[in-house]
Amino acid sequence: MKVGIPSEISPNELRVAATPKTVKRLLKQGFDVYIQRNAGSKANFSDKEFEEAGAKLVNTAAEIYGQSDIVLKVKEPTEEEVGMMREGLVMLSYLWPAQNQALIQKLADKKVNAIAMDAIPRISRAQKMDVLSSMANIAGYRAVIEASYFFGRFLNGQITAAGKVEPAKVLVIGAGVAGLAAIGAANSLGAIVRAFDTRKEVAEQIESMGAEFLTVEIEEDGATASGYSKEMSKEFIEAEMKLFLEQAIDVDIIITTAQIPGRTAPQLILGYHVAAMKPGSVIVDLAASTGGNCVLTKNNEVYTTDNGVTIVGKLNQLPTQASQLYGNNLCHLLDDMGKAEKFKIDMEDAVISRAMVTHNGKVNWPPAPLPVSAVKTQAATQVPLVDPKVTAAKKAKQESVSMLLRLVAIGGFLGLIGQFAPSDFVQHFTVFVLSVFVGWQIIWNVSHSLHTPLMAVTNAISGIIVVGGLIQVGSLENPLENLPITILATIAILVASINIVGGFVVTHRMLNMFKK
Amino acid sequence: MIAEKIQIVAYLFASILFIYSLGGLSSQESAKRGVMYGIVGMLIAVLATVLGPNMKGGYIYIISAIAVASLIGAVLARKVEMTSMPQLVAILHSFVGLAAVLVGIGSYLDQTAIDPSDPEAAVKHVIHLVEVYLGVFIGAITFTGSIIAWGKLEGKIGSKPLLYSGRHIVNIVLVIICVVMGVLFTLQHETEGILYLAIMTAIACFIGVMLVMAIGGADMPVVVSMLNSYSGWAASAAGFMLGNDLLIVTGALVGSSGAILSIIMCKAMNRSFFSVIFGGFGAAPTGVAKEIEGEVTALNHEEVASLLKEAKTVVIVPGYGMAVAKAQYPIHNMVQVLRAAGKKVRFAIHPVAGRLPGHMNVLLAEANVPYGIVLEMDEINDDMPNTDVVMVIGANDVVNPGAQDDPSSPIYGMPVIEAWKSERVIVMKRSMSAGYAGVENPLFYKQNTDMLYGDAKDSVDKILNFLKV
Repeated sequence: MKVGIPSEISPNELRVAATPKTVKRLLKQGFDVYIQRNAGSKANFSDKEFEEAGAKLVNTAAEIYGQSDIVLKVKEPTEEEVGMMREGLVMLSYLWPAQNQALIQKLADKKVNAIAMDAIPRISRAQKMDVLSSMANIAGYRAVIEASYFFGRFLNGQITAAGKVEPAKVLVIGAGVAGLAAIGAANSLGAIVRAFDTRKEVAEQIESMGAEFLTVEIEEDGATASGYSKEMSKEFIEAEMKLFLEQAIDVDIIITTAQIPGRTAPQLILGYHVAAMKPGSVIVDLAASTGGNCVLTKNNEVYTTDNGVTIVGKLNQLPTQASQLYGNNLCHLLDDMGKAEKFKIDMEDAVISRAMVTHNGKVNWPPAPLPVSAVKTQAATQVPLVDPKVTAAKKAKQESVSMLLRLVAIGGFLGLIGQFAPSDFVQHFTVFVLSVFVGWQIIWNVSHSLHTPLMAVTNAISGIIVVGGLIQVGSLENPLENLPITILATIAILVASINIVGGFVVTHRMLNMFKK
Repeated sequence: MIAEKIQIVAYLFASILFIYSLGGLSSQESAKRGVMYGIVGMLIAVLATVLGPNMKGGYIYIISAIAVASLIGAVLARKVEMTSMPQLVAILHSFVGLAAVLVGIGSYLDQTAIDPSDPEAAVKHVIHLVEVYLGVFIGAITFTGSIIAWGKLEGKIGSKPLLYSGRHIVNIVLVIICVVMGVLFTLQHETEGILYLAIMTAIACFIGVMLVMAIGGADMPVVVSMLNSYSGWAASAAGFMLGNDLLIVTGALVGSSGAILSIIMCKAMNRSFFSVIFGGFGAAPTGVAKEIEGEVTALNHEEVASLLKEAKTVVIVPGYGMAVAKAQYPIHNMVQVLRAAGKKVRFAIHPVAGRLPGHMNVLLAEANVPYGIVLEMDEINDDMPNTDVVMVIGANDVVNPGAQDDPSSPIYGMPVIEAWKSERVIVMKRSMSAGYAGVENPLFYKQNTDMLYGDAKDSVDKILNFLKV
């Protein structure tokens, strides 16, 4: 099977859909690889490198579109490009089907089987082909580098002979892949990083990347089944704006990454936020292409406001790195589709069926929704209609009834004992029951890693039964007369003592090994 | 000699020390102090008993028995390899069981305790007999059960559960026989009931054997902690028959501790406590087993080493295989090399990895692995997708994806370490045979999984050589 890679036409598109490394992978998968001359030049890959990797060079895009079985592309094709495509061609590229309905229809009319890389569902299995994630990762990293470039100071704090340098404070808004990557990059450059997200579930991820999770004091979770955030209530947004104002006064760099698929980006940083920032501060707006999270952002432009805040609405794509990751994503997808030998468009497959926006002349969009935050949706579907307060009250009632029954049963049992058992038994019984409760309470606190030592200690302590043997031997006036008891009790002392000494020594040995 | 009042408060003090001792284990820092409390408590308890007002003699027996036992115990505990810790703990449990049986029978033979002038003498006598009977019963089960557990852990007895149809009925009948004998036993005067007691002891011993024989090797952590619990209850029962509060308190502490551990273990395996205790492996699988797709691919040591060299984050999932091969030392060396190269290396410990609760932690600690990088399953599972290489060393069931996606799997629903979500998985194993639970592992067939066959220690040593080149 022939895989073709055309040059990207758009002057703004620096990436290419294959690199010498991914060419090798494609060849390994059994494909023949054809690449248009100079396809990789903007991403710093020369034709020579591609040729050495095993690709065959082709002069025109028409040859690529006319003769390949599969075409790998980055940006959605232009009309002219669609015109060159042959029937039955499989094309992998960005398509943004929600915004480009007309283009999709044209592809369908041409009977091109188009896979929208941006429509790969974001489920665990498909992570390796998720171009949005891999590109967001680059954007997040680059946002920090870009911010640092326009920011006139170090990001890390230093104490030098020439004086003390305060670390820069970075606020990251939106903790998706890009946000998390930005947190990681900023953190590793030594900045103090804070991050905000409406989804409570990402708090842990934010903290794991080394940032402080900022939140507002209103109980509302922005998580949706698709894994993206939803739009929030008015009260929430007010509280959010207040928080941003406090932060804007304090931080040096703001990186915004909030996007909602298919809509313009939410406006989070307003004019008065920018006005409150210190001169020299930087805002990097990763949502610039969809309207910007900052109202003052200008798409594809970097400029400085009157109060000295630099707003970055344009980002270098890191084409070399981005091409490599994008190419890998494509390879993984082709891997999943059966490589060259068993190549197959499997419309039963959850990933393929959703990304395949045109198939055999038909438009296959929008696909059936596929929830990502699996746990959350389950919980939601299980109790859809019942008011949680009612269930809680019911549960509390049930619990109190069963507790009452239990207490009555226990009371009855104790009453029986009190009625019939002799007083010293009752006394021992009291001690017994209380001890069980004490034991129950302490043991739950024991840390998991100490369970083995705990067992060894309790084992040693259960050797306390030695006391039984001691009492028996000791209570005899003449041990030799009561030979059976003496022998039994002595053996009991013997084995119980082995247990005590052995248990403690072993525990001691074990604990000696735990070190920080 | 000390007065009885002093003895009682000494016992009270010992009890407090024991409680502190267990409480001390809540953190690594205070754990050592905890052990000291336990030792002091034990010393006070023994001294208070020996010096007590009721001691009339027999010191020669006591001293010689304790001296011999201390020697044996110390040597045993010093010599034992950390990897055979579960066996040692199991066999020590059997000692407590045996002691409980002996004390119980001794207490029965000793008729001097009964005061005929007491108006409640008859009731007291019956209660005493019941206590003896129960104590011996629990003790005997603990005794033989622990021996079987020891045999299974040591590999002297096959780990496969011994199951036969109607075993529940047989067990129930045996228990009923014991109850009937118990009634007859309490009706006998003086020591004439000894025959009933002896027969019951034999039956209880048999029940102990059958109980543990029916439990599969993978459930051993539960069994060991359960026997731990039993040994506590046996001590408590002895306390009742001798009217000794110290024994009752301590036994109850140990008993509830073991019970909690068993519950924790069962939760970790998503198994009901009773289905483990009564043997067999959960319910019969429902539905047709999911077919395993894919093929098994293997790597050699050099390839694994180069994978590790390229990786940035590595997670090691150790299992019983690591313990068997004593691979923890070379693993620690390997971890040091990898960490020195700037890689993030962590350990993921499944709650039931090994044959004893916390088994892996102890072994890794033995090899000086800093406990800051040893994480629990829950702490690390979310990180799996960001991990470059997962090395599964001698673990099997705890990384079985079937537990999540194959409802017909016997371990379906058990929380597992999601190794397959990482970029690459290397499974180090002796052969393709199934794990302790006897379940096929689809992980081995995954595309991103490669096998590395051989003894874990040997393999890690070889990888280490390639890493150092």
